Amino acid sequence: MSRNLYDLIGLAAGICFILALKGLSSPKSARRGNLIGAIGATVATIIVFFYANGGKALNHLPLILTAIGFGVIVGVPAARKVQMTQMPQLVALFNGVGGGAAALVAIVEYLKLGDGATTAEVVATVFTVIVGCVSFSGSVITFLKLQELMTTRPVIFPLGRQVIALTLIGVLASGGWVITSGGSTPLLVNGLLSLLFGILFVLPVGGADVPIVISLLNAFTGLTVAASGYVLQTTLLIVAGTLVGASGTILTRLMAEAMGRSLFGTLFGAFTAKAQASSGAVDTRPVKSGSPDDVAILLNYAQRVVIVPGFGLAVAQAQHTVRELADLLASKGVEVAYGIHPVAGRMPGHMNVLLAEANVPYEQLVEMEEINPTFPQTDVVLVVGANDVVNPAAKTTPGCPIYGMPILDVGQAGNVIFLKRSMRPGFAGIENELLYDAKTTLLFGDAKDSLTKVVSALKAL
Amino acid sequence: MATELMSNEIALLAIFLLSIFVGFEVVSKVSTTLHTPLMSGANAIHGVILVGAIVVADHANTNLELGLALAAVILATINMVGGFVVTDRMLQMFKGKPKVKKDSGDSK
Repeated sequence: MSRNLYDLIGLAAGICFILALKGLSSPKSARRGNLIGAIGATVATIIVFFYANGGKALNHLPLILTAIGFGVIVGVPAARKVQMTQMPQLVALFNGVGGGAAALVAIVEYLKLGDGATTAEVVATVFTVIVGCVSFSGSVITFLKLQELMTTRPVIFPLGRQVIALTLIGVLASGGWVITSGGSTPLLVNGLLSLLFGILFVLPVGGADVPIVISLLNAFTGLTVAASGYVLQTTLLIVAGTLVGASGTILTRLMAEAMGRSLFGTLFGAFTAKAQASSGAVDTRPVKSGSPDDVAILLNYAQRVVIVPGFGLAVAQAQHTVRELADLLASKGVEVAYGIHPVAGRMPGHMNVLLAEANVPYEQLVEMEEINPTFPQTDVVLVVGANDVVNPAAKTTPGCPIYGMPILDVGQAGNVIFLKRSMRPGFAGIENELLYDAKTTLLFGDAKDSLTKVVSALKAL
Repeated sequence: MATELMSNEIALLAIFLLSIFVGFEVVSKVSTTLHTPLMSGANAIHGVILVGAIVVADHANTNLELGLALAAVILATINMVGGFVVTDRMLQMFKGKPKVKKDSGDSK
């Protein structure tokens, strides 16, 4: 296959990726967009087999095919079987391995070029190794946080800022060492320091901000792919990587805006915020807890009910039960709407995905800006496993990790019912004053069990 | 020879810069609903680094290079294939909407 033909087909694949991103930006065309992207990627992968070795069969062909087969065997079942609740961490993990792959590609090409590499190629290699390694180890940490294999709170250690600054200096210095002296030892040092920096960079980020970090690391990986595309002189990789880098940056900003935070604040907020001294004193205050029957009665005599879903709904897989409850209430003449916070759950749009799975009519899903003015006319708000997105501390407590995030003003409604597993604070680890409010009723237990009990109590009324 | 190399570098630079603008433009307005699938879809697209991984695996001279390259092939495949499948699964759920309207119409 000639270089020209290869580049032309590569260009077609690049256009597929542009159409894919464009398609994914609108609900109607999203699925088709994803399909177009997959086709582009498949075509690009197939033609490289006919080009890379000047038209002859590739060296190590059986090994390469085995490796691809192995990747498919790992990747596809993971993607198929993962529960909707665990989707965010899977995306984080996929992103991390992509960053790792880009770094490895650059390293191999660097080893092969040896002393023959131009300065520009070495610089691009160093960039790929640094950013790819940061993306890899950072994504692994976000995975561990979301999977709750480690604490979801910001991890702040003594002299954290200094340690991080020193590591960053080390990363840059070792990068400079690679560029000036070459060789594999400096590159190894550079890679290890970059991995360390990725870990330190994500550790202080609070749980609620993790989605933003995933998106940012996603953009990083895109740029790494672009840089390795330069090292390999492959136009397609430059196009695809840059597209993802640019669109990922915009998306990260959009997400940060949806949470009412600056990107800078998200990444560095944890360093400046003092550890929250919220535990202790407040915990002993009394709360009003109710039975499923109490909740059913409150709901039965309401005219308007707003359901606020959160991560607890996702964990309990209660989306079908919540729909059953909403349908039951609607059949009794109660007006029901869902108040969707843009970042409820672990990822922006998480709740829309879940409720769509339970076939909740799209019109009932009301976005934050529209639902907030209606709370004063709402009799009952049913908060199902949400906490941070309704926490008034975001407005009243400067310096707390979620301060400044727009919230659902459920406190303005007549009654608030919280379905919670326990008094444990939300993902961001902040006490919620609303739980102690006189108009709040708490129903403890798994969201699905609680909802099922409420539904049967309602039917019995 | 030198001038030819130069123009190639300039072409790559042009491609890079234009791609930045396209990337910015294409996602300038997205509803929050689609943030997650869009991120996941973009994530799958950078899995195309698989192409690079295959190229370096083909070129590999030593066992070290080959080992690293094959590891890259595995990781990139997971990224690409898994990414597209998981994005499709997310989007599949958005597709159920028209059916929903009929359902809720019946129950009312």
